Amino acid sequence: MNLRRDVFQAIADPTRRAILLLVAAQALTAGAIASNFDTARPTVSKHLQILTECELLTQEQNGREIYYHFNPKKMKEVADFIEPFRKMWDERFNKLENIMKKYNSKK
Amino acid sequence: MEQKTKVNAEDGKQDLVITREFELPVELLFKAYAEPEIVEQWMTSKVVKLESKKYGSYQLEKTDDKGNIVFQANGVIHEFIPGKKITRTFEMANTPFGVQLEVYAFEKLTDDTSKLTMHVIYESVAQRDQVLQLPFAQGINWAHNRIEEVARQLK
Repeated sequence: MNLRRDVFQAIADPTRRAILLLVAAQALTAGAIASNFDTARPTVSKHLQILTECELLTQEQNGREIYYHFNPKKMKEVADFIEPFRKMWDERFNKLENIMKKYNSKK
Repeated sequence: MEQKTKVNAEDGKQDLVITREFELPVELLFKAYAEPEIVEQWMTSKVVKLESKKYGSYQLEKTDDKGNIVFQANGVIHEFIPGKKITRTFEMANTPFGVQLEVYAFEKLTDDTSKLTMHVIYESVAQRDQVLQLPFAQGINWAHNRIEEVARQLK
């Protein structure tokens, strides 16, 4: 399993979140994206690679240039990031409910 | 399908609200929070101390097979109104998550159903978001453990 493809890991980094915001507004080339950051170009390339691997970005060849597009479908998974937290409580409450139902019938 | 347990965590806020409807009379639901031996069962933690009263305090503990403490939580109760409301603090020992304030509202819906509204306020937005991601991080660990287990069996 490649942990880097984990979408949550991908958005944990502030630079990658900033890249997503940029690309969400319009498709951009790697050069155009990099010009928005003080970070070294190879660092930005690494971020783009990670975001592409986890499918938050898609690449499109346009002549000699590669444009990065934002993938909103994948972002939906991020919007659901509280789901594990909700599930944890749901399971806990289910347990509570079962215990108290039995408690009730014992009486 | 309508979800029984709902979590409302607005972006950029330092609190969240968890609601749940139970197929239990409100008295029984409240009891599950007030009686140490019942809390122990559904929290799957040892209740070291639980003084269910105003200005009472509580302490929970979880140990692994070897007896090492893996989880410890404690807090004080500020308000304890049977069948209606509990206000308490909650702190996980040895974690960077700070102290959270929890307000539990217990509501009767019908004779056999009830609703719990749990309002949790964190010290900061960042801390709330960290706690929200906690079960997710655990989920990853559990998945890893399972993978390891499966891998071991393959050998």
